[in-house]
Amino acid sequence: MHSVLPDSIEQTLAMLNSGGYVADRPLATVLYLSLKMKRPIFLEGEAGVGKTEIAKVLAEQLRRPLIRLQCYEGLDVTSAVYEWNYAAQILEIRLSEAAGGADREHLSKSIYDDRFLIKRALLQALECEEGLAPVLLIDELDRADEAFEAYLLEVLSEFQITIPELGTIKASEPPLVVITTNRTREIHDALKRRCLYHWVDYPDVARELEILASKAPEAGDRLSQEIVSFVQRIRSDKNLFKNPGVAETIDWATALVQLEKVSLDEDTISDTLGVLLKYQDDISAITGEQTASLLSDIKAGLDGL
Amino acid sequence: MMSDGEELKLEGVEVATLSGATSGKFAENVLHFGRLLRVAGLPIGPTRIVDATNALQITGLENKEDVYSTLHAVFVSKREHHAVFDAAFKVFWSRNTLLGNVSGVVPPEQNITDPLKKQDAASARIANALMQHVLPSGIQLVRESEIAIHQASSRMEALCLKDFAQMDNNELTEAKRVMADLVLPVSDVKTRRFTPATNGDRIDLRKTIRASLASGGEWMVPVYKKRTQIKPPIVALCDISGSMSQYSRLFLHFLHALGERQSRVQSFVFGTQLTNITRALKHKDPDDALDACSALVKDWSGGTRIATSLKLFNRNWSRRVLGQGAIVLLITDGLERDSEADIGFETERLQKSCRQLIWLNPLLRYDGFEARASGVRAMLPYVDQFRAVHSLDAIADLCDSLTGEQNRQLSTPVDWLRKTG
Repeated sequence: MHSVLPDSIEQTLAMLNSGGYVADRPLATVLYLSLKMKRPIFLEGEAGVGKTEIAKVLAEQLRRPLIRLQCYEGLDVTSAVYEWNYAAQILEIRLSEAAGGADREHLSKSIYDDRFLIKRALLQALECEEGLAPVLLIDELDRADEAFEAYLLEVLSEFQITIPELGTIKASEPPLVVITTNRTREIHDALKRRCLYHWVDYPDVARELEILASKAPEAGDRLSQEIVSFVQRIRSDKNLFKNPGVAETIDWATALVQLEKVSLDEDTISDTLGVLLKYQDDISAITGEQTASLLSDIKAGLDGL
Repeated sequence: MMSDGEELKLEGVEVATLSGATSGKFAENVLHFGRLLRVAGLPIGPTRIVDATNALQITGLENKEDVYSTLHAVFVSKREHHAVFDAAFKVFWSRNTLLGNVSGVVPPEQNITDPLKKQDAASARIANALMQHVLPSGIQLVRESEIAIHQASSRMEALCLKDFAQMDNNELTEAKRVMADLVLPVSDVKTRRFTPATNGDRIDLRKTIRASLASGGEWMVPVYKKRTQIKPPIVALCDISGSMSQYSRLFLHFLHALGERQSRVQSFVFGTQLTNITRALKHKDPDDALDACSALVKDWSGGTRIATSLKLFNRNWSRRVLGQGAIVLLITDGLERDSEADIGFETERLQKSCRQLIWLNPLLRYDGFEARASGVRAMLPYVDQFRAVHSLDAIADLCDSLTGEQNRQLSTPVDWLRKTG
């Protein structure tokens, strides 16, 4: 319906919110800027804080196609950009031979034709309908190796790809690029320079409550509040190896609803802690006693309100 | 003087009139702000400053928070830079710009794990940068804040007074020569990429078919490829506590030379706290690099807390730098005050998250070394290789002990444990 880009930071914020993504103002600002300046947005943050979700919501809200490139080690041009369909090319040669009219000049042109080009994510992203540049999500860039990162430099700054047999393909309208990384490796400064950077942090209490209300509404106010307070407390107090992300909070709320709980108690927590924490050391660091005192703290705090 | 200071403020009527034209005072201020950040250590080039002015034209100057986010988006590209940016922004764009007390800039709310320390360091850096920064003409620091700045920077100086002896030219050439021959006791790793090779072990189908197109698919001459091999990334954790102080300079030189030889080297030093010195070691000149390190590190020749440092590394860095099958070089004597249970646990976790853990122990220069110290005994079961570093006076010795045969038979940790009985 509307694929018009937002016109202000407020509109960007409203757009994200209506897509079910509870964003804060700094994120909206950076996103708005990246849309306006036609620069890629570079999202860095711990696993499970909602980086990938931003791209999804963006595509959905702007009614643009979402093209996703999941990075992995050894990702190369043939699986990320384009590949010639050699089998079809040979068939074409054979057919024209059989037809008898194998004109050399014509043949050499026709086998390196659009028809035989298999387009992968990056090339697809450069081709779009008028005014409908797709959202290109380059997910977990840190998993690709440096060689691929270097290739991205040309694509992201010029929005063009050179295919030797066809020439340079340039985007009529640059795609909206969202790059995410989990920081398992430092991304080179040259690539970062071309992007607008945003660190996606864990949300604060109010925002996490909003997120729960939109993603797991069946949990109810009281349970949501208890869940959020508990998660926030273990994030800040315990020196966990891996802090639970927002995704884990939502999972936990859903799990508790499935177990038909309306309030947290010590046994439930220790039974379901595996939804929240994924390292044995972290789970064993939260003992029954601590849970009890944490829980009574939280309940006292909530009742006091 | 006062009026120039007034121009810098964001709120108010004058600024609103400027918002249309970035060519005015405001663009100039963005330039100076960018330069200030550059002096404070952020990598900001002219393109970023132009970007910032363009970005501000889009967001406008009405809302200070938006200006903050806008400049943040353009100027900050690393989380570590956030604290510096924050402090700089508060100083530069405050109502009493350049007239206030610079050293006391501590923002009220910070969402960082260790707000106090980070903020202190950031403020000190900004104070230092302000001192060096060529201020816009007509703006001078008032005397009071000058004193405050001096206090801040002298505090920083006191922390980093530790200096290194210069490395003379002969030493340098010699070091480069031996580094070139150095073979680390680790093999190259196979990647998932391939390179064309006439003696390759598998057929490159894509290239073969492609080549056959030239003859219309009649002839198929196989084209071969083989796996690309690369040197694994190296992460060095170097102990710089008192007991190791006589070697720390040497080790830093070694790490610097190693970083020149291969691109993926991450270096950390630890005593009572853990510091990432990778960036500092990137300076081409070894003395510059070491100077930069000494400015960065605050716990030279102090106590050791190996377990705590390893724990910090495991929590904050292991996932960031050990991702690509890295080799960890742990350089420490293993003399430890923390409890043994912790140190064993943390070493185990470290070993499990890297490809190989190699422990270099300078104490082993005594041939009669036995693994008696409890810390050493706790760590030994979890290291993959345990290397003695005999008579350490030069990088050559270090390279020798890393490649040499003399202690290969005793490089497995289990042997050392057994030797002590």
